[in-house]
Amino acid sequence: MNRQAQAVVLLLLGGAVLRASLSDLYLRYVKEGLRPFLIAAGLLLVVAAIMTLWYELRPVLTRSDEPADDHDDHTHHEPRVGWLLILPVLGLLLVAPPALGSYAANQSGTALNAPRQSDYPPLPDADPAPVSVLDYAARALFDRGASIGDRRVLLTGFLATGEDGRPILARMVLSCCAADGRPVKLGLTGDVPAGLPDDTWVEVIGRYSDRIGRDPVNDAEIPYLQVESWRPIPTPKQQYD
Amino acid sequence: MSTDTDHAVPADDPQGRPGGVTTEAPATHPDGSTPSRRWLGDRIGSVEVLAALLILLIIVRDPLAGALDDPRLQTWTTVFVSIMVQAVPFLVFGVLLSAVIAVFVPRSFWARALPRHPALAVPAASAAGVVLPGCECGSVPIAGSLIRRGVTPAAALAFLLAAPAVNPIVLTATAVAFPGNPEMVLARGLASLVVAMVMGWLWLRLGRTEWIRMPRRPELDDPRRGRAFWAAVRHDVTHAGGFLVLGAMAAASINVLVPERLLQTLADNAWLSILALAALAVLLSLCSEADAFVAASLSQFSLTSRLVFLVVGPMVDLKLISMQAGVFGRRFAFRFAPTTFAVALLVAAAVGAVLL
Repeated sequence: MNRQAQAVVLLLLGGAVLRASLSDLYLRYVKEGLRPFLIAAGLLLVVAAIMTLWYELRPVLTRSDEPADDHDDHTHHEPRVGWLLILPVLGLLLVAPPALGSYAANQSGTALNAPRQSDYPPLPDADPAPVSVLDYAARALFDRGASIGDRRVLLTGFLATGEDGRPILARMVLSCCAADGRPVKLGLTGDVPAGLPDDTWVEVIGRYSDRIGRDPVNDAEIPYLQVESWRPIPTPKQQYD
Repeated sequence: MSTDTDHAVPADDPQGRPGGVTTEAPATHPDGSTPSRRWLGDRIGSVEVLAALLILLIIVRDPLAGALDDPRLQTWTTVFVSIMVQAVPFLVFGVLLSAVIAVFVPRSFWARALPRHPALAVPAASAAGVVLPGCECGSVPIAGSLIRRGVTPAAALAFLLAAPAVNPIVLTATAVAFPGNPEMVLARGLASLVVAMVMGWLWLRLGRTEWIRMPRRPELDDPRRGRAFWAAVRHDVTHAGGFLVLGAMAAASINVLVPERLLQTLADNAWLSILALAALAVLLSLCSEADAFVAASLSQFSLTSRLVFLVVGPMVDLKLISMQAGVFGRRFAFRFAPTTFAVALLVAAAVGAVLL
């Protein structure tokens, strides 16, 4: 891979990173907080590509009396492994794989393990109160629903198939990137969403249920939600909790 | 700037000195072209190959997307792309810093900044690693530049191990991930520092400089600093980045192929669980800023085995081994990585037994 080709690959990689971070695409893979760093890194890659091309092409364009030195230097083998950098470019520009969904959720155990805090703040005032899947699961498991009471809650998540073949509501939680994504799972009782394929996003309104299930993967407790109504919704922009 | 910058080993000292490392001889061909470029005459170079490849890929875009419908393959692609997206900023900033070191920081600076005696330079370099928040992807090229600039390899390697494992960001993340076990932060910092220093001192005793074969980099000698700087950036991003891709592919495969159910059965045995999590840390190749959260979720495992996971992960993992093999040479990586693994496992288990 000679220097011009390296410059093109850097330009593509920088462009792909910029495109992903200036749109919402990057949210499928990493946390929102990484965005400024992604934009800076993408710009730097583009600048590095432009500077490389500048230094490569300038002697040719200006026919300066500098020796066209490095046309022999190409023989110092330039890193051939650099060709591999085309793969993430393809991944971002051509394939743009979806965020982790039901397959990944079924592969790993529910991520709720240690009590996050000892007392939970009251739910938001609205009825139904919007809470995240993670928040509901923590309240349901660690203070047995005391901070929920008989309030109605509104949750958003995607459907996956639970152990017994019945649908569960899940949401992936990221701490850094999708490689460390772990699911939080909720069992559903009452008016369980039916007839929808896995990975469909739904908005569910329901109440606390004291039923507890077990995750077959890591034997952790899975709280349940008593569903009163549900509706399918388009995939949200921010798919991770 | 002197002309012999990159000749780390003086001609009269073929065995190398503490700061000296052999660089590969350039693979020159008498007629000035590499064999592969002769393959279709001189007209078809990398740029043409690249252009053809990209056009081809745009044509097969739809069949390609169709082939990715399988959920396993789709998850693999998502994990691979996300490891790369996560690592790119760290890689780019690490490469920039390493290019600054390679081009703008004079050799004499390191002689003044680090204690003269290599045995004392090791803890100094480990401490420098603590202050500098970095990710493992960035610290490999930085350590490479340090060795090029005459820093004793023992100190550069201690820096390589300490920088990603103990820094403010990583320790804060650990504290957040283990709210009920603040001693985990202390144990992680202590164990990682000890491993970095032990490995530095081990290198002084047992290491052989000829194991490190760094590619020759004539462009760093360019007296035009700007040109040398951008050449270093371009080279390091493509080189270290290429090996990062290899490591990310391996880690994505492990992520998809190793079912968590298997881990459950290993968690019940104290010794087996330590070995299992140490191996998992190597295979998963998580970013050191994220691994604490994963360790926290592996709650079926003992605290000590999770400490081992946190100490081994930032020092030995698939993407690091791949990048080290690229930057320092395979003979180095295949000795250094297993030794680091053993030392990290023993030290972390011992610290865990005492503190946790």
